[in-house]
Amino acid sequence: MRAGIPIFIGGLALGISSALSQTGDLNLPKSIAAGVPFSIQSTGSGKGTLYIVGPGQMIKQDVQLGGSIEIATGALYNAGHYSVWIASDSSTQSGAIDVTPSAKPADLTFIAKPSRLPVSLHNGITGSAYVFDSYGNLITKPMQVSFQLSNPGSAPQTRTVETRNGAAWTQMDSATREGKAQFVARVGDVSSTRIVGQVPGDPCTIKMSAKPAGNKIQLVTDPVRDCSGNAIPDGTIVTFTETYGASKTTVDVPLKKGIASVQVPAHRGATISVASGVVLGNQVRWAE
Amino acid sequence: MIAKSLLMISVLSTAMTAHAADEPSIHVQQPHLQGPRELQEQTAKAVVQDYLDSWQSMNKALDQNRPDLLDRDFVGSAKEKLVSTIKSQRAAGVHTSYRDRSHDVQILLYSPEGLSIELSDNVTYDVEMSSGGKSVGKQQVAARYIVVLTPTEVRWRVRIFQAEKQ
Repeated sequence: MRAGIPIFIGGLALGISSALSQTGDLNLPKSIAAGVPFSIQSTGSGKGTLYIVGPGQMIKQDVQLGGSIEIATGALYNAGHYSVWIASDSSTQSGAIDVTPSAKPADLTFIAKPSRLPVSLHNGITGSAYVFDSYGNLITKPMQVSFQLSNPGSAPQTRTVETRNGAAWTQMDSATREGKAQFVARVGDVSSTRIVGQVPGDPCTIKMSAKPAGNKIQLVTDPVRDCSGNAIPDGTIVTFTETYGASKTTVDVPLKKGIASVQVPAHRGATISVASGVVLGNQVRWAE
Repeated sequence: MIAKSLLMISVLSTAMTAHAADEPSIHVQQPHLQGPRELQEQTAKAVVQDYLDSWQSMNKALDQNRPDLLDRDFVGSAKEKLVSTIKSQRAAGVHTSYRDRSHDVQILLYSPEGLSIELSDNVTYDVEMSSGGKSVGKQQVAARYIVVLTPTEVRWRVRIFQAEKQ
């Protein structure tokens, strides 16, 4: 590992030629699209060895000097910069070639987050996509990516975003109704789908009623819903608190079929409150 | 805030550059971010450092034809392509060295969910190839790389590593 990042601010001379020949320059295209065939014109005579070298790929083949060397379809396909040498006993010729991604998208890496979130959250869902050709090269040429979030029972949200350096991203609002949304990214004929679960948010209000049950009080909430009317999931804890004189009794009850119900000791003059999370419901004073 | 911090780093590091003649010169531009996610200075510094380290790993791996040297810094398609190149080199009896001379790095995208950072690097490097233990040639290259890094347990790893046509 290097000691750290040695950084200086200022201009950087990049005026270096992309290929300095050893004993002769090769005649070959400056760039080709990935997988496209091309030819290299060599000079001299006799046999030699062709090397095409880059981090993404390496090709070595025996060649006949003095003619055209054909590189077949699909032989050089990883996008990047390649150094080219043809070496023989008497000479070395060199050149360079850039391989560019093909223009047709064939694959999409699509990341949608989160996979589950509360309803009615502005810009709560994000999606980002990288576009690749059939050889797995990132297509850096700008392309239109369409993002669509479809919720059951409501109109889909659609955004079209142009890729920059192969990437596009968007943000979407979660729906007002709970349910599974389909989040689709599409470019050309290629699409990728993610499912985003939208769950009710926090309870909006909690309303409790009380009635006598022998020497106890039966407490029951109305169905607990979020502010969009979605039922809060069963299992969500509702807390009942009875205060009588100096004593305080607290009971945590999970929602069952959308309501919470519990019996507490009946004390004349007791005050009973209900809450769930940060939401405080109504308060009852027991007068019987 | 990041620009100011990088400027401070630059002052400190100029001396480091002078003392380390073999080290490449590094220029980090102010991030030109698309996306809503804020990029913390520490994250920016870590991602650039990890990216620069990846050049060292790549150079050693391609020079020694050892794919295992890529494990720390590469993942996904970038690693697959480099491993494939090493296998081809090994089969052909070829070794290559990629000695980076200078980097001009700019962070372009911090994806909204925080799972990828894309950067560009105008890099100059020397590539030297040997076959059968004999040097075949050496070239100086200037190229613009588009790089995507993703976070792993302890560091950012290079997932996409691709030179663009200059």
